[in-house]
Amino acid sequence: MALSKVDGSKVRKGIVASGVGMTYSGITGNVEALRGINLKIEPGEFISLVGPSGCGKTTLLNIMAGFLFPTEGEVTIDGQKILGPGPDRGVVFQQYAVFPWLTVRENVEFGLKLRINKRSEKEIKEVVEYFIALVGLKDFEDVYPKELSGGMKQRVAIARAYAVNPELLLMDEPFGALDAQTRQFMQESLVQILEQERKTVVFVTHGVEEATFLSTRVVVMATRPGRIREIIPVQIPYPRDAGIKTTSEFIKIRVEIEKIVREEFQKQRDR
Amino acid sequence: MPDTKEEQLFKERFRKKKRRERFEKTGYFILSFLILAFVWELARATNLINPKLFPSIKAVLNAFTVSFKSGSLQLHMYASFLRVLTGFAIGITLAVIFGFLIGWFRILRLFLDPVINFFRALPPIALIPLMIIFFGIGETSKVIVLSYAAFFPALVVIYQALVSLDPIYIRAGKTLGATSLETFRRIILPQLVPHIITACRVSLGVCWATLVAAELIAAQRGIGAMMVDAQNFFQMAPLVLGILLIGAISLLMDSMVRAIEKRATSWQEKMT
Ligand SMILES: Nc1ncnc2c1ncn2[C@@H]1O[C@H](COP(=O)(O)OP(=O)(O)O)[C@@H](O)[C@H]1O
Ligand SMILES: [Mg+2]
Repeated sequence: MALSKVDGSKVRKGIVASGVGMTYSGITGNVEALRGINLKIEPGEFISLVGPSGCGKTTLLNIMAGFLFPTEGEVTIDGQKILGPGPDRGVVFQQYAVFPWLTVRENVEFGLKLRINKRSEKEIKEVVEYFIALVGLKDFEDVYPKELSGGMKQRVAIARAYAVNPELLLMDEPFGALDAQTRQFMQESLVQILEQERKTVVFVTHGVEEATFLSTRVVVMATRPGRIREIIPVQIPYPRDAGIKTTSEFIKIRVEIEKIVREEFQKQRDR
Repeated sequence: MPDTKEEQLFKERFRKKKRRERFEKTGYFILSFLILAFVWELARATNLINPKLFPSIKAVLNAFTVSFKSGSLQLHMYASFLRVLTGFAIGITLAVIFGFLIGWFRILRLFLDPVINFFRALPPIALIPLMIIFFGIGETSKVIVLSYAAFFPALVVIYQALVSLDPIYIRAGKTLGATSLETFRRIILPQLVPHIITACRVSLGVCWATLVAAELIAAQRGIGAMMVDAQNFFQMAPLVLGILLIGAISLLMDSMVRAIEKRATSWQEKMT
């Protein structure tokens, strides 16, 4: 399923959702989780999805990952319809999902040893070493995940996703389980990693500040059914560090987004 | 972030503590058996148990040397080992195969769950009379009873483990490009290894527990047969020797499997 190996012959058109709707059908009735989602993400963009819980953020991300198929419309990546999960789209889960029976090194090389991404031993070694260093886990190569903190596990997950060179990174509240301090640190690390290895990112979060800090555009979603309420661009140049969080420019955008999110939250509560 | 000095010190102290604990454990192990031996002899000396009915430690050791020198002990033990290992191998192999099938197909599980629970609750010994009628008093019926003893506990452990696997690892594998076969080999199987070893441990225990009963089916050889012979001729020393041997062997095997288990599960988070 190497639909979109990045090579010169391939025109990168990013990821496009057109008229995406998703209705879960269950014994207790149907839930319309998404309706009429239109979104065009350019290569290299960092898009955050924010909104009250239950507004379909995870559903949209899972459709992009290929775990779910929309009941209406379609999502394409570089013009190709998504037919299932594949190594062109890396996923980072909130629960880390680092393989506990493998060491850090073995986790990162996991994807490279699969038939679809097969590389030579030498190449694997180089790639693995590069990404372990990039996420700052040198000296931890031979450690099992149980010995790592939450933040370190998530670094392993990021390195593992990066190793197979996906075009797109899908992250569902990746720092949601971390304490505030670690979270802040991970945000900055992610910016640095992306500085060196640019990817298109779709990032789900509860934190408006986190979304503003990381994104080129923030997509605010509304509930029942899940729709796009507003898309707010964050025109602050990269590389960004924690210092920008106190600039008036940053605060202005953050407050603007917070206002819309609060409105949506209120609407959901009043129902 | 390499270890700080404090961390290194902490680890060193931890290692020392571990070593001391192991040393203490061995000490208590030996001591508890010494106490058992002492109580044994004391009970005989004070006539708490009739010394005519219960042999001395010396007599049991003597029975051991005599039957060892004549070679009959080795023959009995060989016969028992062969039976247990054959029954165990057949039982566990079938348990792995059926465990995967039942764990994989929900329909099969729904159908078979009640039946499996019935047979699991049924003590293997209860099958012996039926097996004698079906297969006679030869090796076949003994091996079938032992396979049966090994099969059900292992089956349950394996398919329960399969059912309770966290699907997130399979998802993670798929996003990296794993095929179904690769998912099975590189994601499902490694998670099941600890459970399969646990299944082996449980099954092996049940097999040994069933052995003597199976050897009561007119066996010529085997530790059980040795004990029946001794009983018929009212020889108390070989009888007690048989009991001790079965206990010792099953303890030894269990600790062997436990050691393997420990290595194979070192990646798992343990509650300590
Ligand atoms: N597998 C499912 N079956 C039925 N309903 C679901 C399922 N997954 C999610 N939903 C419903 O779809 C809506 C959106 O869920 P989700 O995408 O998880 O939202 P979010 O990630 O924004 O919190 C919620 O109302 C949720 O209850
Ligand atoms: Mg969610």
